[in-house]
Amino acid sequence: MSSRRVFLLVVGFVLYLIIQVMLLKNLVLFGTAFCFLYVLYILLLPVDFKTVPAMLIAFALGLGVDLFYDTLGIHTASIVALAFVRAGWLKILTPTGGYDDDLQPSMLNMGFGWFLTYSLPLFLLHHLLFFYIENLGTNLFLPVVQKIVYSTIFVFIMSIIAQLLFYRRRRGI
Amino acid sequence: MQRILLFLFRVRAFLLFLFLEGIAIWLIVSYNSQQGSAFFNSSNQLSGSVLTAQNNVVEYFSLASVNRNLVEKNAELLAELEKYQKPADSVFIELDSLLLHSFQFKGAKVINNSINLSQNFITLNKGSNHGIREGMGVFNEEGVVGRVKGVTKNFASVISILHTDLLISSKITSSEVFGSTKWDGKNPKQAKLLYVPRHVTIEVGDEVVTSGYNAVFPEGISIGHVLEVKQGTDTNYLDITIELTADLSRISYVYLVENNQEEELDELYQSNGISNE
Repeated sequence: MSSRRVFLLVVGFVLYLIIQVMLLKNLVLFGTAFCFLYVLYILLLPVDFKTVPAMLIAFALGLGVDLFYDTLGIHTASIVALAFVRAGWLKILTPTGGYDDDLQPSMLNMGFGWFLTYSLPLFLLHHLLFFYIENLGTNLFLPVVQKIVYSTIFVFIMSIIAQLLFYRRRRGI
Repeated sequence: MQRILLFLFRVRAFLLFLFLEGIAIWLIVSYNSQQGSAFFNSSNQLSGSVLTAQNNVVEYFSLASVNRNLVEKNAELLAELEKYQKPADSVFIELDSLLLHSFQFKGAKVINNSINLSQNFITLNKGSNHGIREGMGVFNEEGVVGRVKGVTKNFASVISILHTDLLISSKITSSEVFGSTKWDGKNPKQAKLLYVPRHVTIEVGDEVVTSGYNAVFPEGISIGHVLEVKQGTDTNYLDITIELTADLSRISYVYLVENNQEEELDELYQSNGISNE
């Protein structure tokens, strides 16, 4: 792993964390659609990134977000679960011919259809866990389902916008 | 032996997963007590100072409405003060000085707030250095805001009234009936008034204030107005929806109140086996 890649990973981590807790924390559409864009950071880790370091990074990221949301442990639990299933999910979705080694599984590299099947179930898993744990002990079924569905759609749209604006297509073939 | 080690090495990701989830669940459980350690939340030094810096920028956007509200509160306080001026010619009975001094008030600024989760918290820019302590009541010029959960040296974290576990002892002013206000997690402008028996007649628009029974808030701080009264489905109690007077989406300055006699009251309750919510 080159030092440039490590540098980019660290900068990305800090940027996602700051943007999440400074800006996106206040962005909640109609009181139901939350914008947990930091999840995209874990999704866009390179394909050959091992599960163990991915989970450690997810743990740190989740804890950082939790500190500012005052939801101690809830973001952490859901993002670690996402990091755990990511590698397996990537393996299932391997296109014919396999991945390049350090490919970033983004929409620009893999196409919209592939990214949809890759990211939407993972976003849904994260939101399902987050809102389920957050609402344990309350009997709000319908509002929670609304929050899960609308937030997932919202985050998916935001993640596409973020990739179009701030990510570059991989050079080469 | 080697096989076991090899097996463990092969499932290391899963083991780490279990370990990290274990930590997360432990954090969730230990944090969910009403009065918890304040280290791992937004009132610790690191996130507190970041939030303060953010708030220094954002507060300019709400200055106008804050000023308007403060002016209104000042006017109200001046009117209140008028009542305590000694009348020129009538018998004046002085209140017991102990009663007069049983509540102490402090001010603080909100630097972090949320309203859309089901368990919302607020962070204030003052902590134990400024005399803030766990369990103090928090309100602003509009009404009740919450209750202090934990403090560090310079910051305090507050359980918002929009937290599905917080009960606030309240009463309806028109009929002097007592109940408990609790948020149901749905609309950040509305809450439920629990434990009001069915025989009580309540009008829409009746005012709901703090009862002064649980020694956190003094009596008579506004909580909300009755919005809707329904016969509850199963129990002996009415299903009352109230509209909160405090608009939690735009609070910026709050007051904190401390009851100097709370310890004594709690001691009394405990020695008699009464649980106080």
